[in-house]
Amino acid sequence: MTTVASNGHRTAFVDNDRKPTGHGRMLRKEDPRFVRGKGRYVDDLQLPGMLHLAILRSPLAHARVLSVDTTLAEAHPKVRLVVTGAMLAEKGLAWMPTLSNDVQAVLATDKVRFQGQEVAFVVAEDRYSARDALELIDVEYEALDPVIDVRTALSPDAPVIRDDLEGKSDNHCFDWETGDAAETDAVFARADVVVSEDIVYPRVHPAPMETCGAVADYDAVDGKLTLWSTTQAPHAHRTLYALVAGLPEHKIRVVSPDIGGGFGNKVPIYPGYVCAIVGSLLTGKPVKWMEDRAENLISTGFARDYVMRGEIAATRDGKILAIRTNVLADHGAFNGTAAPVKYPAGFFGVFTGSYDLEAAHCKMTAVYTNKAPGGVAYACSFRITEAVYLVERIVNCLAFELDMDPVELRMKNFIRPEQFPYRTKTGWVYDSGNYAPTMELAKQLAGYDELRAEQAEKRVRGELMGIGVSFFTEAVGAGPRKDMDILGLGMADGCELRVHPTGKAVVRLSVQTQGQGHETTFAQIVAEELGIPPQDIEVVHGDTDQTPFGLGTYGSRSTPVSGAAAALVARKVRDKAKLIASGMLEVSVADLEWEKGSFRVAGDPNASVTIQDIAMRAHGAGDLPEGVEGGLEAQICYNPENLTYPHGAYICVVDIDPGTAKVTVRRFVAVDDCGTRINPMIIEGQVHGGLTDGVGMALMEMIAFDEDGNCLSGSLMDYLIPTALEVPDWETGFTVTPSPHHPIGAKGVGESATVGSPPAIVNAVVDALAPFGIRHADMPLTPSRVWEAMQGRPVPPI
Amino acid sequence: MQVPAPFEYQRVSTVDEAVTLLDRLGDTARLVAGGHSLIPMMKLRLANFEYLIDINELHDELGYIRAEPGRIRIGAMTRHRELLESDELAAAFPIFRDAERVIADPVVRNRGTLGGSLCQADPSEDLSAVCTTLDASCVIHGMNGERVVSMEDFHQGPYETAVGDAEILTEVRFPVRPRGSSAYEKVERRAGDWAVVSAGAAVWLDEAGLIADARVGLAAVGPNTAGIAGIADALRGQAPAEELWARAGDIAAEACSPVTDRRGSAEYKRHLARELTVRVLRRAVARIDGQEV
Repeated sequence: MTTVASNGHRTAFVDNDRKPTGHGRMLRKEDPRFVRGKGRYVDDLQLPGMLHLAILRSPLAHARVLSVDTTLAEAHPKVRLVVTGAMLAEKGLAWMPTLSNDVQAVLATDKVRFQGQEVAFVVAEDRYSARDALELIDVEYEALDPVIDVRTALSPDAPVIRDDLEGKSDNHCFDWETGDAAETDAVFARADVVVSEDIVYPRVHPAPMETCGAVADYDAVDGKLTLWSTTQAPHAHRTLYALVAGLPEHKIRVVSPDIGGGFGNKVPIYPGYVCAIVGSLLTGKPVKWMEDRAENLISTGFARDYVMRGEIAATRDGKILAIRTNVLADHGAFNGTAAPVKYPAGFFGVFTGSYDLEAAHCKMTAVYTNKAPGGVAYACSFRITEAVYLVERIVNCLAFELDMDPVELRMKNFIRPEQFPYRTKTGWVYDSGNYAPTMELAKQLAGYDELRAEQAEKRVRGELMGIGVSFFTEAVGAGPRKDMDILGLGMADGCELRVHPTGKAVVRLSVQTQGQGHETTFAQIVAEELGIPPQDIEVVHGDTDQTPFGLGTYGSRSTPVSGAAAALVARKVRDKAKLIASGMLEVSVADLEWEKGSFRVAGDPNASVTIQDIAMRAHGAGDLPEGVEGGLEAQICYNPENLTYPHGAYICVVDIDPGTAKVTVRRFVAVDDCGTRINPMIIEGQVHGGLTDGVGMALMEMIAFDEDGNCLSGSLMDYLIPTALEVPDWETGFTVTPSPHHPIGAKGVGESATVGSPPAIVNAVVDALAPFGIRHADMPLTPSRVWEAMQGRPVPPI
Repeated sequence: MQVPAPFEYQRVSTVDEAVTLLDRLGDTARLVAGGHSLIPMMKLRLANFEYLIDINELHDELGYIRAEPGRIRIGAMTRHRELLESDELAAAFPIFRDAERVIADPVVRNRGTLGGSLCQADPSEDLSAVCTTLDASCVIHGMNGERVVSMEDFHQGPYETAVGDAEILTEVRFPVRPRGSSAYEKVERRAGDWAVVSAGAAVWLDEAGLIADARVGLAAVGPNTAGIAGIADALRGQAPAEELWARAGDIAAEACSPVTDRRGSAEYKRHLARELTVRVLRRAVARIDGQEV
């Protein structure tokens, strides 16, 4: 195990640019097209005769749909088609399954259940006419009382939102429990210190730069549907379309071209995609639907919205004994959460954090409200964001009560290296970890002791400076198929590798990049295993007709699952190459040694063949060893043995203007351990992005509603996301604790920074406010909310 | 993509042409200058006009900053970026550069104009607060020539101005007095956001170093940007002092009428009106003394 520090821009590139890929910090193969503005996104697609679709959405959060009159819209000279919920119902398409075995309306039939819900759609010759015609549709609504406050959603007099579900008489969505309640209660009962805090993780939105959209093209001649769409999971979507629309799966091709950011927003199937398909089926033409910014913010997959009560039990000297939590989860109008079936609360079970506990218990109740559905998005690793926020906030509350340094408290309670693999009290098996060095490195990079000294001086002068610490362990790379499936689809990933006669290769993957750099990272993995330069390896992805089946890119699963598949398929090809080499060199296989890119005869430095020589032989006319087929290719379906558990230590320094209560993030040190690092530059880029997300959530982002259920955050003027001016120069470092079960020891990292940074920032702000006696304040910590906290009245955001 | 409802578009090249067209089309038409407020509102279909009259070609005629004895005249088509970069303007009224640094972002500042900002009459708009602070007057051109109105009379409510259907704001005039300086400060949730609250101050001293006049303008704490008359009354004839700024801050907090919204609670905004008033008065006076630029 190696521990090497790198520090932001001043990195001394050591260790990491060496093993295991050998190509480490190479520039991204996909960037030449992006930096030239030549990326090809769904909205760039222009097909002959293509029509444009626009969706009419509900202005009300909860209302009965009495009538929909489309007469005037149909009379518009450029309108080809107007479709209502009633029309879809006749075809059995008015409802579709969600990723959590609930159903969601494609177009409203009986009621609208959130503001922005799809009510009807228009297909016209151009997007302007389609949009104009929406105003010609006359919908008569009977307004109903909305359910907006999650805390009263289960009260007996609350209106029932989901009366479409047979026998439904309340707004209860599901209950979920993990850990041992009795044991946890017993530990709490005997603990010296118990600290409780109400902690809200408000509703936020991924807000990718590219909104969601699709082009559907149904070819009536060969009965094949091609759907270009903004999807993070093309294969899973194809199967679901087959199940929903009744089209045979081999007659559906889903293409996910360049994607302008996903963050989980592009995991669900949205009604708009289905509308585009219906539009193309009915008109016989290609139909494009691209939602606008407001539609994206008000109707697509949100994230978080957990109202949590956290409790922690400890000894007087700071040994954490147990953590208990009660969660009220707002799932919106339909349960659209994307999570493995057995995990309705995602991987929230890792709320025990990085600590060695005696007991833990969580009780969760999820409810329906008149808000947009979704529930798991925005780089959250299946609810780990909420779990890490809860534990890292409540541990800080404990430090506050014990008057103990938050780093010292964490160090005292870390799971020790010799305890791995470590089974948590909620049943998760952490594969590997070595936490103390990571925390120490973060302390050292931050100059932690000096910062505390500076803070003490500043407090004397009335200046508000805060230092926040968080330490996270994530569970990423879903997942073992015996435990994890989405709507019955196992979470294993296929991979195919073909080496061409001249030694160039093509690797085909089921995962789809949305900016993560797959075209580079996966080429590097194969390059390392086969010794072919990454420039000679084409990565094909995002097209179900060209790639093997797999579940897609989300939950930081691409490297843990498909990355493993790529390494193993390359080893399979290498094994075959070895057989061919033995024939070429006329020695037995046992006498061959692999040196990256060639096999040589042990003890004879002049007798060797390169992988390129072998590829030509494999496809050539010369003899092959007996029983060896021609060609040099392989395929695999990789079923991960376990999840991977990356960890990290983050330290944030903030200053608060005592007069205006405005928070400035002065410094942020992020030390990540994602096991073996493939391309450190890409990792750092992902970390930088995630940290920026964290600043957004901690300080400004929130999807808010008024009491009537109007979404108050439907534009980027109302839903603020951070700019370069709100973030500091990121200071990054790393440690390397390889995953023992991943073929190259890599763990997922895509969401680490989004998961780990909000608690560090909030802990820093709360630390700065310590002179006011404040132990907790909820996000988003806008100037006004910080000022209210300084006045002794911190208020929850909802 | 958000798309506006259909409209017709006409580009004009003189003020008279614009006014004639406005006179003919009435309230179905709207002038578009920088377009960074109007066009988004039309795309969201919050505003629908049958005709847009593009006056960007008037930049040659109405894009200027001219210093004359006793006053500075700024053409209505002068863009934010030109206001930001003018050293001449910064020397006379540093408040302009303070404000322009925190208005929106470079893309908006490249297009947006002084006249467009004032005519949009958003209660949170920064340049309206600057003009209020500097006691500006507005030149409005119509079919029957031009008229001049004070900032107090220019804004008549949120998004409402004294400019009639067939009129165009052509110029804003600023009186220049000796021994004065100014400052602006804004609290925003994020760079480029509208103000939670912002405040501008301008202070002039007499030869004895006492306050000859002082003006404070606040944004985002009422239906329009507000000049706080009581502050001038309280400060005139006094020697600059911290206690005086505190008293001015109290007056500002008392006089404003903020409402609670997503940007902040009314109590917080009232607090900011006080805090920012103190800060900008302190800074304006420090600048007169050459202590701070």
